[in-house]
Amino acid sequence: MANTLFDKIWDSHIVTMIEEGPTQLYIDRLYCHEVTSPQAFAGLRARGLKPLRPERIYCMPDHNTPTHDQDKPIEDPVSRNQVDTLAKNAADFGLTHYGMMDPRNGIIHVVGPERGLTLPGMTIVCGDSHTSTHGAVGAVAFGIGTSEVEMVMASQCILQAKPKTMRIRVEGTLGQGVTAKDVALYIMSKVTTSGATGYFVEYAGSAIRSLTMEGRLTLCNLSIEMGARGGMIAPDETTFAYIKGRENAPVGEDWEKAVAYWKTLKSDEDAVFDKEILFDAADIEPMITYGTNPGMGMGITQHIPTVEGMNEVEKTSFEKSMAYMDFNPGDSLEGKKIDYVFLGSCTNGRIEDFRAFASIVKGRKKADHVIAWLVPGSWMVDAQIREEGLDKIFEEAGFQLRQPGCSACLAMNDDKIPAGKYAVSTSNRNFEGRQGPGARTILAGPLVAAAAAVTGEITDPRKFL
Amino acid sequence: MKQKFNIITSTCVPLPLENVDTDQIIPARFLKATDKKGFGENLFRDWRYDKQGNKIESFVLNDPTYGGQVLVAGKNFGSGSSREHAAWAIADYGFRVVVSSFFADIHKNNELNNFVLPVVVSETFLAELFDSIYADPKMEVEVNLPAQTITNKATGKSEHFDINAYKKDCLVNGLDDIDYLLSNKEKIEAFEAKRK
Repeated sequence: MANTLFDKIWDSHIVTMIEEGPTQLYIDRLYCHEVTSPQAFAGLRARGLKPLRPERIYCMPDHNTPTHDQDKPIEDPVSRNQVDTLAKNAADFGLTHYGMMDPRNGIIHVVGPERGLTLPGMTIVCGDSHTSTHGAVGAVAFGIGTSEVEMVMASQCILQAKPKTMRIRVEGTLGQGVTAKDVALYIMSKVTTSGATGYFVEYAGSAIRSLTMEGRLTLCNLSIEMGARGGMIAPDETTFAYIKGRENAPVGEDWEKAVAYWKTLKSDEDAVFDKEILFDAADIEPMITYGTNPGMGMGITQHIPTVEGMNEVEKTSFEKSMAYMDFNPGDSLEGKKIDYVFLGSCTNGRIEDFRAFASIVKGRKKADHVIAWLVPGSWMVDAQIREEGLDKIFEEAGFQLRQPGCSACLAMNDDKIPAGKYAVSTSNRNFEGRQGPGARTILAGPLVAAAAAVTGEITDPRKFL
Repeated sequence: MKQKFNIITSTCVPLPLENVDTDQIIPARFLKATDKKGFGENLFRDWRYDKQGNKIESFVLNDPTYGGQVLVAGKNFGSGSSREHAAWAIADYGFRVVVSSFFADIHKNNELNNFVLPVVVSETFLAELFDSIYADPKMEVEVNLPAQTITNKATGKSEHFDINAYKKDCLVNGLDDIDYLLSNKEKIEAFEAKRK
């Protein structure tokens, strides 16, 4: 029988199936950060249990970490306690832990792939919705709740209903200035913030194949923002070249064997998906969001839609969103003055994002009124930025690099956008208050963010390319 | 947290908004606790209180007209972050049931794992339910888990809702998934042995 890529990996991890119930699925990797794990560890202790397979669990703090002075204790005692609790739990149960200032630390979804922990064919979970990121190498990766984290710790398995499958194909050549982030924002604007709920998405087509590994990680990262359980891309030469030589990647004979297996990880030609969607790469331009969910996006040259054709509840929700952003239906946002720029997060905190940002700010200056936070996704990204001399370009243009972490994406540390201020952010969510109470987020890719940083307003980055 | 679920008859709290994300249910700055207690105080924090911490009178949780163990919300409830703190906040506040025409996947699992029942109804049933609540805030719904029905007692209309047999059994008997998984450890070991 013809199978999809998703089916192949899912089926090879089935331990047992409960009649009229979920599947018991074996999990290869459990990633833990400090926010969604303490109650799971407490639950284990309350039941008198230990992790069944500690060698499959990797822990690192990222949400609370400050983006400056990481060598000093965290000032906020509640944040410090959560970070310390993770370190203690990892030590108590013998789990791998990359603490703050460890050169391997960073945002868990940046670190997993760059350390070669995330490999094709794996099942990967984490108490974090952006776990979908790891699907970019051809893995089944999805976010889970804390009860489920506890479940995986206790049994290395999860009970989960099998999602439906969806294939999203993007065919053709991406235009100049169009990044993976723009592709994702475009897809979300068409599929809506809930349109892929209940599905596991495979991205395919020539435009997807042309993406670098970093771009694929960005795209799969955002799968959850249209409600999908996860997103994945069949592994190919781009994938193998990215993984080869990384810290935990297989070597020698094991590498050959692994690649031979990974090459089988693709949807069979006659595989049937529950839903298929096709997009033309030529229709995609640099994107921005105008509302308070990531599906509310548009091309940078377009206008905010009007309420025409909406039902009552839709209209109420849309108007609430417009009031929060202080935008009007029908408005164009080009030339709109902005206050903050955030480059970073598990969505756009990788080396390629910093290269893209540098390509525009090089030889230009940051707009005086803009406050810009450039936050590498990990220490490894930070090292690469310095190795390539990008830090010098940033410095000359008036930008400073901060230290790695989730930072202003969800503002659990001090990096908060003040109420009423506009931030062009390369992160993943423009929800009300996401970047700080009252903060107004405009999601975009690294090129749009860079253009906004130098002009101080929403600007089509193609003018600079 | 484990509690048995059978039939609940209650008044409702209406929240007629779509795409209520988990950042609204519980903002990130309240996720720093290391236990599960007390999240109900900050449920819908930024819709419920202004910057000075004063109650926003117009928000439904601050309106004494409405109350009960059933939250009724627009479609795509619980989108966004996987934070189970959202489910803890809903449960801690005192809700046992959330009714919507559509739930985000991760949040739906989180509710079930905390013995809060997500009830998926049709758009028509939901629209009528909002109308009934606004017409008479004292009207009740009956949520019958064993029969898998929800009844709008103002109109008398009932609708069937889906839940898989395993999870229903867990809720009715107050069992969780770990109880089940621990009971079949040999299957896990057999799976691992087979893969080697």
